[in-house]
Amino acid sequence: MWDYSEKVREHFFNPRNSGPLAGANGIGDVGSIKCGDALRLMLKVNPDSEVIEDAHFQTFGCGSAIASSSALTEIIKSKTLDEALQVSNQDIADFLDGLPPEKMHCSVMGREALHAAVANYRGEVWSDDHKEGDLVCKCFAIDAVMIEQTIRGNNLKTMADVTNYTKAGGGCSSCHEKIEDILIAVNGRLYSEEAPQKRTPPVESPVKPQLTNYQRIRKIEETLEALRPMLQRDHGDVTLVEVDGKKIYVALTGACQGCQMESATLGGIQQKLIEALGELLQVLPVAALAHG
Amino acid sequence: MKPIYMDNNATTACDPAVVRAMLPFFTEQFGNASSIHSFGAEVGKALKQAREQVQSLLGAAHDSEIVFTSCGTESDATAILSALKANPERRSIITTVVEHPAILTLCDHLEKEDVTVHRLRVDRRGRIDLDEYKSLLSNRVAIVSAMWANNETGTLFPVEEMAELAHEKGILFHTDAVQAVGKVAIDLKATRIDMLSCSGHKLHAPKGIGVLYLRRNTRFRPLLRGGHQERGRRAGTENSASIVGLGVACELAQQHLETENTTVKALRDRLQRGILARVGNAFANGDMLHRLPNTASIAFEYVEGEGILLLLNKQGIAASSGSACTSGSLEPSHVMRAMGIPYTAAHGTIRFSLSRYNTEEEVDRVIAAVPTIIAQLRKLSPYWNVDGPVENPEQAFQPAYA
Ligand SMILES: Cc1ncc(COP(=O)(O)O)c(C=O)c1O
Repeated sequence: MWDYSEKVREHFFNPRNSGPLAGANGIGDVGSIKCGDALRLMLKVNPDSEVIEDAHFQTFGCGSAIASSSALTEIIKSKTLDEALQVSNQDIADFLDGLPPEKMHCSVMGREALHAAVANYRGEVWSDDHKEGDLVCKCFAIDAVMIEQTIRGNNLKTMADVTNYTKAGGGCSSCHEKIEDILIAVNGRLYSEEAPQKRTPPVESPVKPQLTNYQRIRKIEETLEALRPMLQRDHGDVTLVEVDGKKIYVALTGACQGCQMESATLGGIQQKLIEALGELLQVLPVAALAHG
Repeated sequence: MKPIYMDNNATTACDPAVVRAMLPFFTEQFGNASSIHSFGAEVGKALKQAREQVQSLLGAAHDSEIVFTSCGTESDATAILSALKANPERRSIITTVVEHPAILTLCDHLEKEDVTVHRLRVDRRGRIDLDEYKSLLSNRVAIVSAMWANNETGTLFPVEEMAELAHEKGILFHTDAVQAVGKVAIDLKATRIDMLSCSGHKLHAPKGIGVLYLRRNTRFRPLLRGGHQERGRRAGTENSASIVGLGVACELAQQHLETENTTVKALRDRLQRGILARVGNAFANGDMLHRLPNTASIAFEYVEGEGILLLLNKQGIAASSGSACTSGSLEPSHVMRAMGIPYTAAHGTIRFSLSRYNTEEEVDRVIAAVPTIIAQLRKLSPYWNVDGPVENPEQAFQPAYA
């Protein structure tokens, strides 16, 4: 059985705010019955203050899906919608003192439900065109579609590339064979790990040209520009928000936002920027800036 | 309260008599059966006795047809790979969609090496279509591998008849009987089965010991080459303690075969009837007319299995789920999917598998516990409305994939 924290168990055995919510004016239904986890989040939002006055859930899913739903309702109650939208899946997991890696998708689902419910309240259409795929990497809950898209989008060649970009395969190694199959399907062959493909240039390179601040930001923008078509293909987009030394803050919009792709997308952007600038840096979502 | 164990298809407790018989083989009887000296000779005698005990339970014609292996998985792999190697001109395999991963994953892998794999489909009750099977038998098929009993639903396949049909076409027949041995009567000498897999830990012997029955004169290629153990058919120093344990377990299984099909079966029936009488929107999976006597697979609609297991576990009841959520995969079990059980029921399928150690009192405790647990989880379910499913459940709740 899973190694669930006390907090997860407690929220599973005594879920808070479960069942239908009378007078709900924002409802989000997310999840996948095929995968056995689905959640309806119901919000009662004060139309004047946009404060979430009450939040309930109904969940079809495993213990951690129920616990994550319960945690989510506790976290967002009495927040404004804008405050609530800042809640990340990691916040949900942290609230529960952590989730097993294989169950992190339960917290992702919580966050998606929140976004769907807020969109529903605001009369917007929330859509997620993340296609369903077979789960390949169970350690990091990465599916075949995501791996294939990331391989295509970034022209990845080796197992190590895939792990760097998606985390898939970075845990127990049991999925390496499946990932190699996807690499072969996309590239027509398997490139060996030793392929002369320098991806991370040495940071202390003596010949490293010194960029002025202006040149550096230009370079960052050019790099993002080059990545944009790939993101737009997935109905997403990226904009540069702030450059604070080694921390690059970007806003992801559209389909990239909130979904499981987000961290992979950020990772991919980071890798590209590291290559382009020849320095180690960190790419962060704009939400991280708001938190200080 | 004493915990209740109803997960015997996953693994069983070692019978105390099995443990007692094994202990000396860790201490004074530590010898290597291959050695000339007396340390080895004693062990050799014990292995011979164990082989005869297994032979007797399986109804094999000769004790030399029993090959000890390390587990059911090894026996399965040995059988299939041997058939392909020994018949290089035949490049296809017939199996079923509901086999254990020991077979299915191997077949998926062999497909990449240009072996053709035919997987017989099953109907809603988990039964194969014998006409489809017959139509696939040809001189290109190296081996048919069909399980005797399904581990999730207990459904029995007509393997004896299937073996006859394969034999008529000169095709080798293997059966994964890991779940069947000790629960159904087996008399291999009266059949056309060429190879059979069995695993100790499903019949109150230890984990990590298995058997491959290999009919005399069957073309064979070993998986593990090395020493001459098991007449060169499976190299590696014998796991003597476990082999002795398995021998005793087989003898006990033979003595209890009737208990299994009377007492244990009655307990299983009582459990299934009791639960279905008290919980609505629930049904039993599998072929009710041809089923292991100890297994009940019950689908509870609109709830997910892991939650049920966690709540059962809180009351000291151990069972297992057909939903694979607990095993780290998100898809429901391939067996439920193959039978066409809808996702909303497949994910809520619980397998209760009994043994001769279960009691009526335990069965009644489980019957008493289940209805409250299901009600509690349904209260949380988006498909459920106070005392029944919402109208048109599949339409009423259509989540977007997250
Ligand atoms: C039908 C079936 N075949 C094979 C196996 C594998 O046996 P073992 O665990 O001994 O490798 C099992 C056990 O899980 C099983 O139920």
